[in-house]
Amino acid sequence: MTDISDILIILFILIGAFFSVVTAIGLIRLPDIYSRTHAASKSATLGVMCILIGTLIFFLTEEGFFNSRIVLGIFFVLITAPVGGHLISRAAYNAGVKLWDKSIQDDLAKKEQFEKEKEGSRY
Amino acid sequence: MAFQLLLNFFLAFLWMFMAGTFNLANFIIGYFLGMLVIFGMRRFLSGRFYMGKIVAIIKLTLMFVWELIKANFEVLLIVLKPKMDMKPGIFKYDTELKKDWEITLLSLLITLTPGTLVMDVSDDNETLYIHALNIPDVNQAVSSIKDGFEKAIMEVSR
Repeated sequence: MTDISDILIILFILIGAFFSVVTAIGLIRLPDIYSRTHAASKSATLGVMCILIGTLIFFLTEEGFFNSRIVLGIFFVLITAPVGGHLISRAAYNAGVKLWDKSIQDDLAKKEQFEKEKEGSRY
Repeated sequence: MAFQLLLNFFLAFLWMFMAGTFNLANFIIGYFLGMLVIFGMRRFLSGRFYMGKIVAIIKLTLMFVWELIKANFEVLLIVLKPKMDMKPGIFKYDTELKKDWEITLLSLLITLTPGTLVMDVSDDNETLYIHALNIPDVNQAVSSIKDGFEKAIMEVSR
């Protein structure tokens, strides 16, 4: 029983640490702020979640103590991380940060035009 | 849905009062009996039977976790690939969802799905502007995934 839980704990913590490292490498390697936000909002979420789950299982099996604050922490990270990514990228776009020069499509630049077309079709 | 849930709790409490003993076991028995009653009376209540909605919510949660894991492996592959040959871009996506919380939920789901990130929502809540890491191969797959998400969210809200 403890063997299985030990394996689970080690697996969760290692996977979490690994995804955190991938996030860090992604932040260095990716070319522009928008693709960096991809790495930061996804990998970091799963990395932190895995580490927290590992901690939860550790205290549950070693000391028989169910820490409900960790569960709440997982929930809050899961909800807030993507919203943070969305806000950062939106603020960057509105402040005029350019996309990577190899980007092939930019519909947001034509937003005004789309809005106008919609207005036109409505009346 | 909220009304049916509240009614179910009320029936469970009523069962506890009738039994005369107040404990968890009695509450659970009362809850199940109340659920049966509500299922029998579903024609007279507005909306559909609320357990269907709860099943839909659980399905959506499982889908969410699965997509999160898939998204991470996609980002992993892109980050650790020796050559940076992805083709990012922003595309627009027209949604059929109307209410604010549905659109918020959809953009949360899209942000955590493989290779997509919601950048902006238009003022009339009809169009989402989405940044994709790899436009050529993701575009088709992503729209089918999002149809799955939109269907699942509609299943919850209907």
